[in-house]
Amino acid sequence: MSLVDLANPSRFLKFANRALPWLGGVTVIAFAFGLNQAMGAPDDYQQGATVKIMFLHVPSAWLGMLAWGIMSIAALGTLVWRHPLADVAAKAAAPIGAAFTLLCLVTGSLWGRPEWGTYWVWDARLTSELVLFLLYLGVIALWRTVEDPSRAARAAAILTLVGAVDLPIIKFSVDWWNTLHQGASVFRLGGSTIYPTILMPLLVMAVAFTLLFVTLHIAAMRNEILRRRVRTLRLMQAQATS
Amino acid sequence: MTSLGALLIRDMRLAVRVGGGALIGVLFFLVVVTLVPFAVGPDLALLKRIGPAVLWLAALLASLLALDRLFAVDHEDGSLDLLLMSKTPLELVVAVKGVAHWLTTGLPLVVAAPLIGLLLNLDAAAQAGLVLTLLVGTPALTFIGMIGAAIAVALRRGGLLLAVLVLPLTVPVLIFGVAAANAVLLGAAPFGTPFTILCALSLASLVVGPFAAAAALRQEIE
Repeated sequence: MSLVDLANPSRFLKFANRALPWLGGVTVIAFAFGLNQAMGAPDDYQQGATVKIMFLHVPSAWLGMLAWGIMSIAALGTLVWRHPLADVAAKAAAPIGAAFTLLCLVTGSLWGRPEWGTYWVWDARLTSELVLFLLYLGVIALWRTVEDPSRAARAAAILTLVGAVDLPIIKFSVDWWNTLHQGASVFRLGGSTIYPTILMPLLVMAVAFTLLFVTLHIAAMRNEILRRRVRTLRLMQAQATS
Repeated sequence: MTSLGALLIRDMRLAVRVGGGALIGVLFFLVVVTLVPFAVGPDLALLKRIGPAVLWLAALLASLLALDRLFAVDHEDGSLDLLLMSKTPLELVVAVKGVAHWLTTGLPLVVAAPLIGLLLNLDAAAQAGLVLTLLVGTPALTFIGMIGAAIAVALRRGGLLLAVLVLPLTVPVLIFGVAAANAVLLGAAPFGTPFTILCALSLASLVVGPFAAAAALRQEIE
């Protein structure tokens, strides 16, 4: 079975039903391993145990951005090929991405309170992340305003592509502006500045979070396809009775 | 070219005549700024300090409120369908509509800003900085906002949704507009850096806005 076959919604449903239990199982194992490693990681010499917030904060920030990236690719699929599965992928990713972005903001402010002495500062990284959260809510609001799903998909696709300008701003905000939020530490020229005993659990947690996202996304896509089928059946039934 | 010119004149005529409501934006601008001293108190030093920020925020809201009629009126009376079917590229049509909209709603805000700035105790240099930043920045607000207007064109309750969609995208314009205006007022930071970035934002939105809005209109109406 190639990737093109998956574009057929029925085949996708079959694939989703078969893959989801496995994905869920692997996600649970990855989280068990990652959380265990995170608990075993040494405390930071300055921050103490609060450094462990990073194991939730950084992966959720990455996934909040990844979800918008996936929505942007799906938006291209919607606008260029008018593919219904791309609509479904974009719609299903929005609430999950919003949840991860909110998680990132909440863990970040809980981390900021002991380390910076404040829950919130108007620094470039924090502001651009908050804008991403607002964009997510706007897209979700748009999906809920337009009744016809394929028209909603096209409107949301254009908004998603325009909103994608926020992604590089978030990524490079710590380089362009002199911010309170620390600069890039994991992916940078000259190697990571994080000590391996803390970096390894972080990467494992990132894998676990990504698996969680993939599982939730495929499950949400399956639910959306089923929801659309129910909608079509209801419309046909109403037509038949009238 | 003549068809685009005719469209520009038509849109501007429609805006300034009865039912167009071009100057309501300026009135809204004035009312919002008048409300601020009631909220923060009539302390002139404080009002001067926050003046550029208040005027920028009021201009942003005023230009946003006018935007939901940018395509909606033409959609209701059917002339948008004619524009879609015409031989002129839709991107150019949308850009001309944006220019006409800015000339009738954005430019009056810029002209009124010095008068309204007097209410907030701004001196001549601060006024000049403010007018310059608004002159450069309000086109960006119009051309970013037109994307939202095109997306929301066929919705029944588009106005509130338009605000939710567009306002997050206007954050950079607000940041650099206020930064440049404050640089003149306080003299602490250079004026050129935020001002050139503001110019760049306007130029970029001038390109991106018409293409995205035209794409949205094509998708919405068929």
